[in-house]
Amino acid sequence: MSREEMESRPFTAAIVGSGNIGSDLMFKLMRRSKLINPKYMIGIDPNSDGLARAAKLGLTASHEGVDWLLSLPKDELPDFVFEATSAKAHESNAPRYKEAGIRAIDLTPAAVGPYICPPVNLDSVEDIWNVNMITCGGQATTPLVAAVSKVVDVEYAEIVASLSSKSAGPGTRANIDEFTETTSEALQKVGGAQKGKAIIILNPAEPPVMMRNTVYCALPAEAAAPGELQEKIKESIAEMVAKVQEYVPGYELTAEPQFDEANERWGGWGRVTMLVQVRGAADYLPEYAGNLDIITSAATRTADIMAEKIQAKAGK
Amino acid sequence: MVQVLPHHPGGPYEVRLTDTTLRDGSHAVSHQFTEQNVRDVVRALDDARVEVIEVTHGDGLAGSSFNYGFSGTNEMDLISAAVDEAKNAKIACLMLPGLGTLHEMKEARERGAEVIRIATHSTEADISIQHFQAAREMGFETVGFLMLSHMNTPQGLAEQARIMADAGCQCVYVVDSAGHLILEDVSDRVDALVQELGDDAQVGYHGHQNLSFGVANSVLAVRAGARQIDGTLAALGAGAGNSPTEVLAAVFERQDIKADVDVPKLLDAAEDVVKPIMTRIPLMDRSSIVQGKAGVYNSFLIHAERAAERYGVPAHLILEEIGARKLVGGQEDMIIDVAVALKKEMANG
Repeated sequence: MSREEMESRPFTAAIVGSGNIGSDLMFKLMRRSKLINPKYMIGIDPNSDGLARAAKLGLTASHEGVDWLLSLPKDELPDFVFEATSAKAHESNAPRYKEAGIRAIDLTPAAVGPYICPPVNLDSVEDIWNVNMITCGGQATTPLVAAVSKVVDVEYAEIVASLSSKSAGPGTRANIDEFTETTSEALQKVGGAQKGKAIIILNPAEPPVMMRNTVYCALPAEAAAPGELQEKIKESIAEMVAKVQEYVPGYELTAEPQFDEANERWGGWGRVTMLVQVRGAADYLPEYAGNLDIITSAATRTADIMAEKIQAKAGK
Repeated sequence: MVQVLPHHPGGPYEVRLTDTTLRDGSHAVSHQFTEQNVRDVVRALDDARVEVIEVTHGDGLAGSSFNYGFSGTNEMDLISAAVDEAKNAKIACLMLPGLGTLHEMKEARERGAEVIRIATHSTEADISIQHFQAAREMGFETVGFLMLSHMNTPQGLAEQARIMADAGCQCVYVVDSAGHLILEDVSDRVDALVQELGDDAQVGYHGHQNLSFGVANSVLAVRAGARQIDGTLAALGAGAGNSPTEVLAAVFERQDIKADVDVPKLLDAAEDVVKPIMTRIPLMDRSSIVQGKAGVYNSFLIHAERAAERYGVPAHLILEEIGARKLVGGQEDMIIDVAVALKKEMANG
């Protein structure tokens, strides 16, 4: 990618929040988007490393926050804004972006707009001004729950996301309840489970461990036993893994889905267990930070597809 | 609120015993305690003047799950039953940020729980700040649990304890979740916490029996300044079981450590109330000794045994591999991953 190529892209974007997620996102957009030029990096701390890095790479960087961004002349406003701050900040910024005619991709758990997981429900979203990227764990797990619930009713889905301590930033740590609550809700709304439960674990091992996710779906007895239904579930899972790999190459199952037959301990449910590892693309943080990678990749993918739709509509 | 008294290195020693049969012991019965079990145990402990009784799913509030095992009875109903039964004892609940949330803490408080024990891995105290702050606002007495304390140095652990104390924690525990610590490993850690916390918070110790040091470690913890000590009746607990409350009480009496409990009544409680409801006797067997040696979180044991049966791989080999992978508390899901990998390895080799 060259400076000229980036500036020739038909859409522009601002990244609000110059921390780990914002910085990783900047690299994702620069290296992987064909349609979106990350033009602005917005922060609030004049000494931020992230702002300095962005400025060095040719972005316009400002430490004067969203006020500065929205005070730009109309023709200089970005088409997209990626919110990588906090849920609170996004709640107050969201109406202002909309008023300024900027589409918002929200990487905080604010959930002002609908939860989006690109291979599951992005097609259903038309002309929407604000979308939410759930959480890293949500991006890694809701596709698999959706893959199972496409074949059978999933009364209950549960996920465990383990992250290396090094990759969990201060925002995640200060409000870890938001992760469990947002992810649980997305297992229902995006994954299609009747009830969802999410667990997050931080592991401090050195060298840092890769992001791991385990997805458990309750199954009706007939789907948990070997047979045609089980084969259909396996196929659906494999298809979904391939779809996620299109935009997160380091996403993989470490073993075949594990089926356990119905038993009393689980109130008569059977179960399928999917073991996922996410190796990051190491665009900014090293490859152990797959948790960062999967949400910034999903945000980039989402914005690209939204841009394609706008282009198609406008003949741009 | 707990009164924070000055520490008395060199004695005389005063400690508060917390019995966690109905929380850590929940692992050993695969979370199947009934309301009647809870009433019987609480009554016996209360009669023996145990001041704090912990009642929760083994993995803390909201632990009922595929990953940790589903509760036979909703833990909130068990908490209510315990509160109803206790005349003097305070009922405590455990919660792990990342699994339980403020929502469950609030419900436990409404059900009458008075003490909340908030647990994080020994290096991750900062994920508990919001919960300690909220707990104090809810009127809870607060305890912090630094789990798998052997995975941090005394100084590192003291720094983590400071984070909890500053957030509103009134007593920080050195928690030997794997039964890995031996003698000075414990007193050095307790001492570091006592030096760091001073009069800002008390220090506690929670021991397991994997290497047979639960009680001895507790005595050393007290001598180093710990003021709260955990045990379970008949050692009912995860892995090789906990420091037995009745043994702690008997030993403390002889060591001139004032716990103000009724030792004969605790012996009766262990013998007549808990032993009859035990479906499994916690033992220092091959698997749990491996856990102690390798520093593996004790609640992994039963899950490893199940995976061993399902995949035809020995449980102690699964546990050894878990130690090698440096997995932490809560990562029970990885037992499946390890078992599948070992099975493949065995088939190939």
